[in-house]
Amino acid sequence: MLRIALLGNPNTGKTSLFNLLTGLNQKVGNYPGITTEKKVGILEFNQKQRAEIIDLPGLYSLTPSSADEAIVTQILVDAQNSHHPDVAVVISDATNLKRNLFLYTQVKDLGIPTLLVINMMDEAARKGIHIDKEILERAFQTPVVKVSVRKNKGIDTLKEKLGEPIAPAQNATIPSRSKTHLVYKPNAKQRCLQESIYRYRAIRDVLKEALTVNQAEARDFTSKLDRVLTHKVWGYAIFLLILSLIFQAIFSWASTPMDWIDQGFNSFGKWVQWVMPAGVFTDLLSQGVIPGIAGVVMFIPQIAILFLFLTLLEESGYMSRVVFLLDKFMRRFGLSGKSVMPLISGVACAIPAILSARNIENERERLATIMVTPFMTCSARIPVYTILIAIAVPNQKWGIFNIQGLVLMGMYILGVATALLAAAVFKKVLKRKYKSFLIVELPPYRMPQFRNVWINMLEKTKAFVYKAGQVILAVSVVLWFLANYGYREETRVPAAQMAYENTPHKPEDFQTFASSYKLKHSYLGRLGRFIEPVIAPLGYDWKIGIALLASIAAREVFVGTLATVYSVGDKGDEAPIKQRLWGEVRADGSRLFDLATSISLLLFYAFAMQCMSTIAVVRSETRSWKWPAIQFGYMTLLAYVAALLAYQILK
Amino acid sequence: MRISDLKKGQRGTIKGFSAADLPEKFYEMGLLPGIRVELYNDSWSKDPLYLKMEGCALAIRKAEANKIEVELEK
Repeated sequence: MLRIALLGNPNTGKTSLFNLLTGLNQKVGNYPGITTEKKVGILEFNQKQRAEIIDLPGLYSLTPSSADEAIVTQILVDAQNSHHPDVAVVISDATNLKRNLFLYTQVKDLGIPTLLVINMMDEAARKGIHIDKEILERAFQTPVVKVSVRKNKGIDTLKEKLGEPIAPAQNATIPSRSKTHLVYKPNAKQRCLQESIYRYRAIRDVLKEALTVNQAEARDFTSKLDRVLTHKVWGYAIFLLILSLIFQAIFSWASTPMDWIDQGFNSFGKWVQWVMPAGVFTDLLSQGVIPGIAGVVMFIPQIAILFLFLTLLEESGYMSRVVFLLDKFMRRFGLSGKSVMPLISGVACAIPAILSARNIENERERLATIMVTPFMTCSARIPVYTILIAIAVPNQKWGIFNIQGLVLMGMYILGVATALLAAAVFKKVLKRKYKSFLIVELPPYRMPQFRNVWINMLEKTKAFVYKAGQVILAVSVVLWFLANYGYREETRVPAAQMAYENTPHKPEDFQTFASSYKLKHSYLGRLGRFIEPVIAPLGYDWKIGIALLASIAAREVFVGTLATVYSVGDKGDEAPIKQRLWGEVRADGSRLFDLATSISLLLFYAFAMQCMSTIAVVRSETRSWKWPAIQFGYMTLLAYVAALLAYQILK
Repeated sequence: MRISDLKKGQRGTIKGFSAADLPEKFYEMGLLPGIRVELYNDSWSKDPLYLKMEGCALAIRKAEANKIEVELEK
C-alpha cells in the first residue's frame, strides 16, 4: 500500500486535512498530545485504491529541537525506517508561505517525492494574497494543490493528485546538501545559519514572482485581539477568567452524568447479583469487575470536558498566548511557558499531561515538568478529597462561601504550589549544563473547527479509557481476589464458627462476624496489618492500610476499597459510605476518621504518587526506570512526612 | 542596537548576531539578516518579547533578543 506522510508547520491545518482525508478511519498509537503523536489513517480513493497516511507532528524544520520533532527527521531521513513514506505531502499556510516553504524545500531536497499543499486559500484571498501555482510548480518541480480545508475546497483535486505517480524533484534548493547533515552535525550552528540564509534567499527569489499581495485588502484581526489578550494586565485577567470557566465547566457539567454512571453501575451490579446464580464468579463480577469498570467510566465526563476545552484553546491559537504570558513566571521555577499546558492538563489526568510535555524543547525543563505534573490535583483525587472533606469539614457557610468548597479549592492551590516548589528544587538539584530558550509562533486566531475538536476529544478520551482502564480493572480483580482468599484454614467458615463461639461477648450476629473475620484473615487483611505499624503514626488502622495499598495502583480505588472493607459488616442497609466511615471507631472507642486522621489522609493523597499508569508513562517518556523511581520515592516520602506531621500536631 | 532595545511599536531590520550560540531554530524560523521586525507588545520587563515579522508573529526571550542586532527604522 502506498504510504503518504503528512507534514507541515504547526497551525497550518494539518490535522484538519488528516481528519478530512481519513475520516474516523484512523488509529492513534499511544497517547496523543495535540498532534504530538504518530497517527495513522487510511485514505480511500474513489476507485478502490487505498493509501496509508501518517500524520506527523508539526514542525518548522528538519533540524530537530524537541523529542517530537526528532521522530519526523528519523522517519524521513532513514529510508529503512518502517514508517518511511513513499510520498510526502507538505501542507503550508498561504498567509505565511515564506516560512512554510522552508520546511518544504528541506523535505524536497531529501529526494522523497513531494506534493505541496497550500492551505487557507480563503483567508489568503481575504488578505489580498495571490499565489501563482504554475510558477511554484515550475520552480520546485513539484505538483502544487491549493486548498481550503476549512471550506472543504480542493480536497478532491488533492486526492486525484495523490492517486497519480509523483516523481522526486531533480533540482535541489541547496545542491550540496546531503541527508547526513541532519544526523551528523559538525559545527552545526554555522552550517545551519548558512543553510537558513540560502534557503530563505532561494524561497524569496521564487516568491518574488509567484506571490503578490494587495496591501489595501489586508485587515489584521489578530493584532487587535492581541492588544488585549497579551496585555500586561488584561491578558492575565482574561487567562484567569478562562481557567476558572474551564474548572467550573468540568465540575458542574460533569456532575450529573457522573451521578448517572455511578447509579447505573450500582444498579447493574445488584441486578447481576440478583439474576446470576450465587457463587464465586458472580461475586467476582458484581464486586470486582463491575465496580472496577465503573471507576474508570466515572471519569469520562470530566476528562472529555477538559479535552474539549484544551482542544479549543489549542485550535484557536490562544495556547501560544498563554506560553507568552506565563513564560517569565514559570522560568523562576525552572520550567518554561510551554509547561503550562501539561500542568493544566494535569488537573484532569497526569497521563495525557505528561505526554503533552513532549513539545518542550529543553530536556531539563521537560523532565522537570514531567516530574512535578503528578502533584496537580487530577480528577482521580476528587472522590477521595470529596469524601474526606465531607467527613472532616463542617458543611457550613462562611460568608457566601461554603467551607467545604473552600477547602477543596485549597487542595487545588496546594497541588499547584507543590508542583512549582518541587520544580524549583529540581532546578537547584539538576545542575546539568543546559541552555534554555524559547521561540514560539503566535499564530493568527482562527475559529476552531467542530469536526477537529470532536475527533480530538473522542480520540483522547478513548485513549485514556483504554490505558487507565486496563490497570484499574486489573487491580480491582486482584483486590477482590486478595480480599476473598487467604492461605489458611482460617478463611473457612468452620474456623470462623469456632472463633465466634470462643468469643465471650457476642455484640454482632454470626454473619457479620464471619465476613469481617474472613477479611481480617484474607491476604489483603494480612497485608494491611503487616503495614499497620508503619502507618499507625499517621493515624491509620489496617483497614485504611488496605485502601492505601489498593491506591498504589490508582487513587480513585480508595473510596471503593473503603466501601468494600467497611461494608463487610452491613446487613443490607444502604447507609452512604460517609456515614459508615463516620461510625468507625478505634479500639479505644474514639472516632477513627477524626479531624487529625482526615487531614493526614488528605495530605497523603495530595502528595503521594499513587498511579501505576502514570509511572508507566513516565518510564516510557524518560526511557529509564530512574526517573519514575525517583519520582515515586520523593513523592511518597513527602506524603508520609506531611501526613505524619499533620496527624501528630492535630491529634 | 539590539532587538531588546526596540521600544513598543518600533521597527528594525536585522543586521546580524552578536553571539554565535543562538539556537538553530531562530534562524530556521526566519530571524535572519535583512528581515524587518516590529516589537509589537512588551510584557513586564520586556521578557518575553512579542515580535511581528512579515507573515508571522513570534515570542522570544530577552536573553536571545539581546544577541540580535537591528538597525532602527525611522
